[in-house]
Amino acid sequence: MYDWLTEHKIPLGIWLRDFVDLLTTHGQGFFDFISLVLGALIGGFTDALLWVPPLLLIALFGLAAWLVHRSVGLVVFIVGSLLLVTNLGYWSATMETLSLVICATLVCVIVGVPIGIAAAHRPWLYTAIRPILDLMQTIPTFVYLIPTLVLFGLGAVPGLISTVIFSIPAPIRLTHLGISSVPPALYEAGKAFGATKTQLLFKVELPYALPTIMAGITQCIMLSLSMVVIAALVGADGLGKPVVRALNSVNIAMGFEAGLAIVVLAIVLDRVCKRPERRSRKG
Amino acid sequence: MAAVEFRNIDIVFGADQKGALKLIDEGRTRDEILAATGTVLGAAGVSLAVERGEICVLMGLSGSGKSTILRAINRLNEVARGEVLVEHNGAAIDVAHCDEATLRDIRMHTVSMVFQQFGLLPWRTVRDNVGFGLELRGMGAAERNRIVDEKLAMVGLTNWAGKYTSELSGGMQQRVGLARAFATDAEILLMDEPFSALDPLIRDKLQDELLDLQRRIHKTIVFVSHDLDEALKLGNKIAIMEGGRIVQAGTAEDILLRPANDYVAEFVKHMNPLNVLRGTAVMRPAASLAREGDSVVLDRDGRVKVKVDPEGRPLSLDLDGRAGVLATADGEAGVIDDKLAHDADCIVAPVDLKLKAAIELKRHTDLPILLVDSLGRLAGLCDDDEIYRGLLRRLDG
Repeated sequence: MYDWLTEHKIPLGIWLRDFVDLLTTHGQGFFDFISLVLGALIGGFTDALLWVPPLLLIALFGLAAWLVHRSVGLVVFIVGSLLLVTNLGYWSATMETLSLVICATLVCVIVGVPIGIAAAHRPWLYTAIRPILDLMQTIPTFVYLIPTLVLFGLGAVPGLISTVIFSIPAPIRLTHLGISSVPPALYEAGKAFGATKTQLLFKVELPYALPTIMAGITQCIMLSLSMVVIAALVGADGLGKPVVRALNSVNIAMGFEAGLAIVVLAIVLDRVCKRPERRSRKG
Repeated sequence: MAAVEFRNIDIVFGADQKGALKLIDEGRTRDEILAATGTVLGAAGVSLAVERGEICVLMGLSGSGKSTILRAINRLNEVARGEVLVEHNGAAIDVAHCDEATLRDIRMHTVSMVFQQFGLLPWRTVRDNVGFGLELRGMGAAERNRIVDEKLAMVGLTNWAGKYTSELSGGMQQRVGLARAFATDAEILLMDEPFSALDPLIRDKLQDELLDLQRRIHKTIVFVSHDLDEALKLGNKIAIMEGGRIVQAGTAEDILLRPANDYVAEFVKHMNPLNVLRGTAVMRPAASLAREGDSVVLDRDGRVKVKVDPEGRPLSLDLDGRAGVLATADGEAGVIDDKLAHDADCIVAPVDLKLKAAIELKRHTDLPILLVDSLGRLAGLCDDDEIYRGLLRRLDG
């Protein structure tokens, strides 16, 4: 019985490999196109960030933080930590990582928010995509790193795709949550005054759900940042690279410094993205 | 043409509409229908017409279907069977079956709504909340703000235009809700227990304000309430609902004096009749009084007689041969000039005199009250006996 079971293996892996082969043979043009577009996006962002002199950019970041949050402590913290990163010699790597995170978040929002809205309006759709979202968050990253590598080649693009796969469930889930928790009374008020479906979405549902959606986007940024080392494995530039190199050469100093830069970037992004204190919402 | 008319509507919540309709036709109760089909009966066989300029109050305990049929007027609830006619641009439109564009037009221009939990958008200022309906129409900001300011003045919130709704008290929030409903200049206002979430003093004040506004704007108002005092105070017409069906519809007096069944009787048992009953309901009608030639006999012994002209208008009073004095009272307030009252032997008052005003007059003068109709013709007599019977609601005997 046992022998029979092991001898008749179900070729699950083979099927998936054949599927990926099929995609590469027939859809290569399509994947090349995506690769080109995303590559240009990340490249453009990185070039723009690196084109500005570091000290000027740090000053600009400080100014932006001041305009949004009006907090001296936060500005001092942001400028200080970015200066530290520059001092350690990781400025360009940090900007490359920032560019990857921004692009990944952008893609996640553009794709994820509409999916979240659609799912909130159609319960069956949410039932259908929920297991897929769970799968995307639990399956080990390396597993889908291999096919993305095959489809998109080495470089920043497979890193971006893997990052998106890992972080997109957050904006989808939180958009769904925000939209589906709109109180029926507000929805009815909109309908009673003659709102069309589009007006309901933009004048009632999205404004109500905005804080929740913003929380989803912040989460998405943090999840993207946690993927930088994985992205470096497939050749994406950024702070992941020195970490991987340090791991291969057992270089404690480099590993610590690069890791610290990642943590600093994470804290800065988190503090900046946190919404300023909002007026209380009762009744 | 009525402003709003329900024609035999049934509303069913749930999938098996057909099965539920069949059971409704068999006259089953809500519980039986729920057990058999899994659907909830919202309303069954409701027919009701609300005339232009009328305040019609839908009354009942929670779950009696009053909100359900209110929401059918602007199709927040779908009707399973029957017609809901709404007067829109001079024609009666069946809201339950009209197309989307007409429905939207009706919601934007003809029917507006006030909600129990206010339904205000918390991220908008008071001004932007009031202008919400106009904004959905695509009206420009300048014209919108002009109308909004006008409506805010109407509800006394001019100084609060820039605040967020969460900064306002409950009563003020509902004023915003009222202003938002008035802003679209809709002819028909739907009010779904608008004052139920407010404390009693504020509720009373807003009721008075609503009546005051209604005297100026003459809208058709369909008002849902579970509070009989509120219903009797506001409603020209009251429809009492139970289990999704209308058990009685009529004026406040009708319902108070002639409850259709035990359910209604239970409702009105603790009602204060003073503000509801009028002379017409309590008086001894002139036709039932004994006549002697061109005089009507007012007392049992035949000593007090009032002489009437051929039209039936009271001319003079005869007190056992002595000529008496008739004095006219202000029927609305129930007051009479002191000097006039001192000399008078009998008071003349309009027939729609409220019972409360009649008691006030009686206490003040201790004279019998002759009630006359709008043409001045003698309509009936209201004295101690009639007042006591009115208070005890023993009008049949």
